[in-house]
Amino acid sequence: MPVLIFIDTAEGHVKKSSLEVLTYGAKVAEQLGTTAEGVVLGSVTEDLAALGKYGVKKIHHVAADALNHFDAQVFAKVLAQVAEASGAKVIVFSNNLSGKAIAPRLSVRLKAGLVSGAVALPDTSNGFVVKKNVFSGKAFANITVNTDIKIIALSPNAYQTLAGEGAAEVVSFNASIDAAKVKVTGVSKASGEVPLTEAEIVVSAGRGMKGPEHWGIVEDLAKVLHAATACSRPVADAHWRPHNEHVGQTGFAIAPNLYIAIGISGAIQHLAGVNRSKVIVVINKDPEAPFFKAADYGIVGDAFEVVPKMTEAIKKIKGTA
Amino acid sequence: MKILVCISKTPDTTAKIAFTDNNTKFDTGGVQWIINPYDEWYALVRAIELKEADPSTVIHLVTVGAADAEPIIRKALALGGDEAIRVNADNHDSYYIASQIAEVAKQGGYDLIFTGKETIDYNGSSIGGMVSELLDLPYVSLAAKFDLAGTKATITREIEGGEEMNEVELPLVVSCQKGMAEQRIPNMKGIMGARTKPLKVVDPVAVDTLTSVAGFGLPPAKAGVKLVSPDNVEELVRLLHEEAKAI
Repeated sequence: MPVLIFIDTAEGHVKKSSLEVLTYGAKVAEQLGTTAEGVVLGSVTEDLAALGKYGVKKIHHVAADALNHFDAQVFAKVLAQVAEASGAKVIVFSNNLSGKAIAPRLSVRLKAGLVSGAVALPDTSNGFVVKKNVFSGKAFANITVNTDIKIIALSPNAYQTLAGEGAAEVVSFNASIDAAKVKVTGVSKASGEVPLTEAEIVVSAGRGMKGPEHWGIVEDLAKVLHAATACSRPVADAHWRPHNEHVGQTGFAIAPNLYIAIGISGAIQHLAGVNRSKVIVVINKDPEAPFFKAADYGIVGDAFEVVPKMTEAIKKIKGTA
Repeated sequence: MKILVCISKTPDTTAKIAFTDNNTKFDTGGVQWIINPYDEWYALVRAIELKEADPSTVIHLVTVGAADAEPIIRKALALGGDEAIRVNADNHDSYYIASQIAEVAKQGGYDLIFTGKETIDYNGSSIGGMVSELLDLPYVSLAAKFDLAGTKATITREIEGGEEMNEVELPLVVSCQKGMAEQRIPNMKGIMGARTKPLKVVDPVAVDTLTSVAGFGLPPAKAGVKLVSPDNVEELVRLLHEEAKAI
């Protein structure tokens, strides 16, 4: 009765969030005295056996081209077949965009209790209890899963990827696949940029930037850090920056290793979207900005002077100056 | 066209988060309740816009909750919507709530079911997916744009680092997020009209729960900010590199 891990891919590549769930799922398996197995849907361009270094012993690959486009209904049915065939009692997803669509469907299909947004390994000392964030990161809850099969959707960036040695056995799985009802008619991607929800470092700016024409220094800083750019709600609402950069209560919730907030006062709604960041740096000319209370490091100063200096100092450290 | 919009009651975004009963219950003392922002600003407002474009559209609202959810559902009716259904049940887990909504949906025969992308209290992001599976309908999650031409929906959904365009035939379940619509404020006509709109109360169907809350907790407080002089930006970078090991 293995732990089954859904390995999410995009355009044939394994997503970074999948490496986190592989590491996490292998640890859960170790804890339960069983093995970890993965499942990949659709064609891939990567060597799946190499994923064994994250602790997974076997990978079920449903290589049908019909699964190259995402349809949660179709994916959930295929995953249910793999789960049943493998006899898995714990199924692990990333609580990323795909996981949020499929895991609830699989939960219903298998009548398996779901903990979405898990942030720690299950506590199995008394039942099966998983910690998750609630109240938009302002609190956590310990959720007991009462069903025979359990599904965990792990928050992105909540668990450190750990690579060791080993190769996984890749077996092809023949599933019955329904025709997709969701037709994908196009994809638009900002090429070369780091996706916000997967980024380890995020550079974010707010109204303190005074206008969209001043974003160059924010982008320069993001570039030297290989960071994604983000913004506060007023900035997105004023159309200074696109809506898909808005982080906060009603935008995206993110949990990068480093969040640099420039000219953002730190309203409670903004904090709700970023409070799970591991290290928070705040640059604001107002020493009373509430964001300083939530920050690890701060500079009270003019962003237009501080940010370019920061970019130069980082270039020196990285040896790219 | 019949649309069902799922409405949830959540604490205001500025509410103080505390717990009682040995950290097993949310402390509702002094909490202001609001319509979950994703349900209101995106799901409900987009449904209202669809009705404005095609006045033959009927919008029903559904909430699963006790009688204290009624002010919230009246407020939602003040924004728009023709009638509301309250399933008279205390909140249980996502599966329980989704099962109640699916039951209402079966009775009503809807072409389109909208949910917000998540609630700001439980952050489950699960109701839309569960309802769609219970009804065996297609599901598009995290939609940022939604348009209809006859029975064909054109949807833009978020993917990592971009957007994907989808086409789906109704009936269908969609979870809605920023981009779908803009926040509206109810006007006096809407508020007056909401008082007389039908609000049906139905009993829940018997459903198991799959999960339960063992307890809540608050994250450890931050140690406090380490301030660096604006004349010494190099020091900040050194700290981030050597102390925080973040760059």
